[in-house]
Amino acid sequence: MASEVENAERTRALFRAVCLIRRVEERLERLFADGEIPGFIHLSIGQEGVAAGVASALREGDTVASNHRGHGHALAQGVALKPFFAEVMGRDEGACRGRGGSMHVADISRGMLGANGIVGAGAPLALGSALAHQVKNSANIAVAYFGDGAVAEGVIHECLNLAALWRLPVLFVCENNGWSEFSRADAVLAVDLEKFAAAYGIAFTCVLGEDAETVASAAETCLADIRSGAGPALLECRTERHRGHFAGDSQSYRGAEDVERAEVVDPFAVMRTRLERLDPGEAARIDAEVAAEIEAAVAYARAASPSELEAAYNDVYARSALS
Amino acid sequence: MSSEIKFGRAINQALRECMAADDAVIVIGEDIAGAGGSFGVTRGLLNEFGEHRVRDTPISEAAIVGAAVGAAMCGLRPVVEIMFMDFVTLAMDALVNQAAKMRFMFGGRASAPLVLRTPHGGGLSAGPQHSQCLEAWFAHVPGLKTVCPSTPADAYHLMKAAVADPDPVIFIENKSLYGASGPAPQAENAVAIGEAKTLRAGTDLTILAYGAVCRDALKAAEMLASEGVSAEVIDLRSLQPWDKDAVLASVARTHRLVVVHEAVRDFGPAAEICAHVAEFGFFDLDAPPERVAAPFMPPPFAPDLERVFRPNAEAIIEAARRSVS
Repeated sequence: MASEVENAERTRALFRAVCLIRRVEERLERLFADGEIPGFIHLSIGQEGVAAGVASALREGDTVASNHRGHGHALAQGVALKPFFAEVMGRDEGACRGRGGSMHVADISRGMLGANGIVGAGAPLALGSALAHQVKNSANIAVAYFGDGAVAEGVIHECLNLAALWRLPVLFVCENNGWSEFSRADAVLAVDLEKFAAAYGIAFTCVLGEDAETVASAAETCLADIRSGAGPALLECRTERHRGHFAGDSQSYRGAEDVERAEVVDPFAVMRTRLERLDPGEAARIDAEVAAEIEAAVAYARAASPSELEAAYNDVYARSALS
Repeated sequence: MSSEIKFGRAINQALRECMAADDAVIVIGEDIAGAGGSFGVTRGLLNEFGEHRVRDTPISEAAIVGAAVGAAMCGLRPVVEIMFMDFVTLAMDALVNQAAKMRFMFGGRASAPLVLRTPHGGGLSAGPQHSQCLEAWFAHVPGLKTVCPSTPADAYHLMKAAVADPDPVIFIENKSLYGASGPAPQAENAVAIGEAKTLRAGTDLTILAYGAVCRDALKAAEMLASEGVSAEVIDLRSLQPWDKDAVLASVARTHRLVVVHEAVRDFGPAAEICAHVAEFGFFDLDAPPERVAAPFMPPPFAPDLERVFRPNAEAIIEAARRSVS
């Protein structure tokens, strides 16, 4: 059994992870509204417990492939704030030198194989990463983050089948926020996720994503089984999307009462309350610390250099083969 | 003096040597392990390297090519087979949106060094969904390299170059070449991706081809010689990047150009090549560039139709005659 000190440390770390994602995305939302972020962004506000919980169970060398709503996955994976903001703001100092933006934040050195602009496309990347772990006989595992909407993509089913067939060390994490872009998940999926997992003979766990500690415990159990050679697992995290599909989405397809209901399910509030009980004042202290880090990163990104065309051109291939 | 080897066997030899030299090289695809591949190219690899590195997959093109991308990002060198080029439609996201963009999109800090092997071309009455030449699709995507050898030795060397390449390479094998023999590869004659090769020197016109139609181009050059026309035949070997310098230099000598491919004519590789020569070699040209390609229609099944659908030596000779007239 973990000691009280260890438990407190875990609660503190999970609150910090949830808090970081929440505050970063709130800041992104304001920057976007102010026109400082080009393109469009997809916020995971309300879903932070999943990224924070799963990432807390990962080890050095584990890999994750994410989706379009991937800020939280990148941050939980430890992508540094300065290159993160610089990327989303299209600067040369960005994690991807301003070539990818919000939907393509990656940091291979942190095992972050990238957010992804194509729904479902991260799963085969995680599958391949798991294959690499297996071929190299490493003890690492790969995580595929995807939403409930992606479950309608054929490639997800190909991946579930292949992962089971090859007993690959991969954890499929479905963040079920109930929305497939602008459509209700139950309007696009014929059956619950559990039945898909059962069809492929894959171990299935479903938790409420609202509580990062619950997610962390479930992920730890899944990962221990996978690392012991039990083959892939599917972890469904029921969660709520507080915002629209993208920042600025008027959500005309969604009633105000549904947004209000969703906002009550709040991973940030859950962890703050728990930490407050353990260590009064600590949540506010961490929150202030996170806010200062974010402001420093935003200032850094604002002052950063524009992304360079020639450097971009030189990265189409390893050595520019074009003349 | 040098021994002969078949086209498919030469690729097999290259794969075997790559796998022996580097544990990171794995081979995956449908029926490539136990059965050795639909065209036998991967025969024997399973026995030699084991089921960990030589894997039969389900019929799941999207997942296996996507997995090859993920594996390549994490240190492996996957060689994935797509049984017929027509089936790449099912794997296009992995190739176009993922593999091709990794290096660029992730700021030069990631890469997907995989090889996708796939057979194209007709002649087997395999019909509209098993005969297409779709290389122009890949040559049009920044971040992918595309090669299409015409001889066993080039196939061997280009496969070695493709596996060693830091970027994703589409390696195209014309089905009609699998049974063809040619001189065995010599280690000292390595081929770099992007290098054309002059198959026959000539002074009156340049015939540019790649893949199986190189043989038709050589046959045409032979017959043209009997008419007193000296044709230079160049095998492009790589489509992306392609050897612009070699082509422009040849046209500067011969002043006439005929481009041949089995892919359909409209928006085919010849369109890009002719446009480039028109832009950068216009004043070297004494006649409009000619294209010899399949007509703009799906490959037909009926043998009589397929015979006229595919470009041949006669069509090349006619184009050459128009060019020099």
